[in-house]
Amino acid sequence: MALLFDYALRQADSALILGHRLSEWIGHAPLLEEELALGNIALDLIGEARALYAHAGTVEGKGRDEDALAYRRDAGAFRNLLLVEQPNGDFAVTIIRQLLYSAFAHPFWRALGQSRDATLAAIAAKAEKEAAYHLRHAGEWLIRLGDGTAESHRRAQAALDELWPYSGELFETDAVELALIAEGVAVDPATLRPEWERTVAAVLAEATLAAPAGEWMQSGGRSGRHSEHLGHLLATMQFLQRAYPGAVW
Amino acid sequence: MYTQGLLHAKDDDRAAPEPADRLARFQARIDAEEKIEPNDWMPEAYRRTLVRMISQHAHSEIVGMLPEGNWLTRAPSLRRKAALLAKVQDEGGHGLYLYAAAETLGVSREELMEQLLLGKAKYSSIFNYPTLSWADIGAIGWLVDGAAIMNQIPLCRCSYGPYARAMIRICKEESFHQRQGFEIMLTLARGTSEQKAMAQDALDRWWWPSLMMFGPSDTQSQHSDASLRWKIKRFSNDELRQKFVDATVPQGRFLGLAFPDADLRYDEAAGHWRFGAIDWAEFRAVLAGNGPCNRQRLAQRSAADERGRWVRAAATAHAEKRRARAAE
Amino acid sequence: MSERAMPLWEVFIRSRNGLAHKHVGSVHAADAAMALQAARDVYTRRGEGLSLWVVPSSAITASDPAEKDMMFEPTGSKIYRHPTFYKVPDDVGNM
Repeated sequence: MALLFDYALRQADSALILGHRLSEWIGHAPLLEEELALGNIALDLIGEARALYAHAGTVEGKGRDEDALAYRRDAGAFRNLLLVEQPNGDFAVTIIRQLLYSAFAHPFWRALGQSRDATLAAIAAKAEKEAAYHLRHAGEWLIRLGDGTAESHRRAQAALDELWPYSGELFETDAVELALIAEGVAVDPATLRPEWERTVAAVLAEATLAAPAGEWMQSGGRSGRHSEHLGHLLATMQFLQRAYPGAVW
Repeated sequence: MYTQGLLHAKDDDRAAPEPADRLARFQARIDAEEKIEPNDWMPEAYRRTLVRMISQHAHSEIVGMLPEGNWLTRAPSLRRKAALLAKVQDEGGHGLYLYAAAETLGVSREELMEQLLLGKAKYSSIFNYPTLSWADIGAIGWLVDGAAIMNQIPLCRCSYGPYARAMIRICKEESFHQRQGFEIMLTLARGTSEQKAMAQDALDRWWWPSLMMFGPSDTQSQHSDASLRWKIKRFSNDELRQKFVDATVPQGRFLGLAFPDADLRYDEAAGHWRFGAIDWAEFRAVLAGNGPCNRQRLAQRSAADERGRWVRAAATAHAEKRRARAAE
Repeated sequence: MSERAMPLWEVFIRSRNGLAHKHVGSVHAADAAMALQAARDVYTRRGEGLSLWVVPSSAITASDPAEKDMMFEPTGSKIYRHPTFYKVPDDVGNM
């Protein structure tokens, strides 16, 4: 059960941190219609996180609810991908982050829909549809940015170069995952790689962007070794729960 | 909401003379509760009044995203976070519906936005106050949205069709906003002593500005007649303010909080809550740009607009490239 | 300095199968795909629809309200187009 707890928590943390990042855009988006779009995506992700935390809490059986897990763990206990905690940057950085994540999340949730864990499978079935839309949103925007003006092309390429090293982590597996893959509970991310590569390559081609040549990839989110950014994000997000321990909100 | 009875500014009466028979026929349509639609003939003053009123309303929604957005990343639970995000997002949507309604009168959203950023357009003074604690999110939902609803429900019957339709949609969507705020207040009021103090402090700071949201007193506001005659507005500022106070005071007492008004008392004979004098000097100062956050709010909107410029330009450029390729 | 306005699109939603698409409002977007996405995000946040149309506002040709009488008055007198014009005895039953 500890394995399943850890696995659910990984997905929950990634969804929450990415949803939180997107919520930082609200009130500051490049156009009014996009306020609504980013808000919808953030709400989808936070919804996914809540369902996954609830499941993780139940599996763990220590009475921790979604808020205990989201608000009362420190950065080292978070298991999200490094990619999703990277700051919003300009709109191009946000869109690249969305594309790299959603191009993975869509086939991931589809595959997890076959999980032998019925709750995970149900959460995945819902998340798959959401991720399909997130992917389309990011893909269409990246094509506009890449194949838009000289400035937008430059920004999109810079964003891609900046975030590309965080894409390797999507496909990492460790002992936790290997054990659950063997049980038919977890998805082997290696099996998703060809589809992810095809999806990303197709969008980049249409966006007239070039995938960076470098092979070097960042790693550490799954073991709690994060970038400096996560601590600040959590300091903000968890502030009330930390400042007033035990209060109900 | 949020138009604060400012709609009737000076130049309303400045329109070129219009044929008396047309004006009479127009007024007859209004009196018969007919809706006016975008391409219908309308007096220039009616059109200008609506543009100003709807755009002030739209600006208020957009600027109103900022004080609440200030707590989006600090919402204390995932449930609250999702609700607040949905609410702030709704406000963006409402701004959008309203800009669209204004656009049917022949102005573009870009022009309206530019007026806002240049400081030439008004928006509700309430959003020039800061959100200092989580309780402010409760107070805004309970009081500011409560005041907004008072004003918005009659606007669903506004004589201008696109505005009325936008308001119907907005009222339907906003029905959860006030309840969301009241629930936050109730949780705090029933919480620890620190939380209760937080809730009281929020009420202390937001009560009077909420009353100011209804605009100047009827005795001060000399142009209200035209917008009532045209059935753009259905109630006067003071009528709406009184309705709001009557509805809200019992709710505040249920919360166990004290209103910051020593003169507040129930008038048995009239069946109304009587309240003390509003500090209109503060109201005028905030409207004139001298509230706690006026500059900050406009700077935030300007920065977002500026940072988004290259994105909008990219979308336009890409669309043009596509059209050109399709034409080849 | 004003930037160039993004085109306006009218949005129509089919709320249920069996119903016609109904006008709900408008969005600004540079192209059709963007308009469709914006329409989805703006106008279907509460399960309002099963199908969306977006149409460039500039593509709509509207009748002129000034010609309302010419366009629509003549039909008002043709009451024989309505079933209530015809008298059928009650005994005949529903018809």
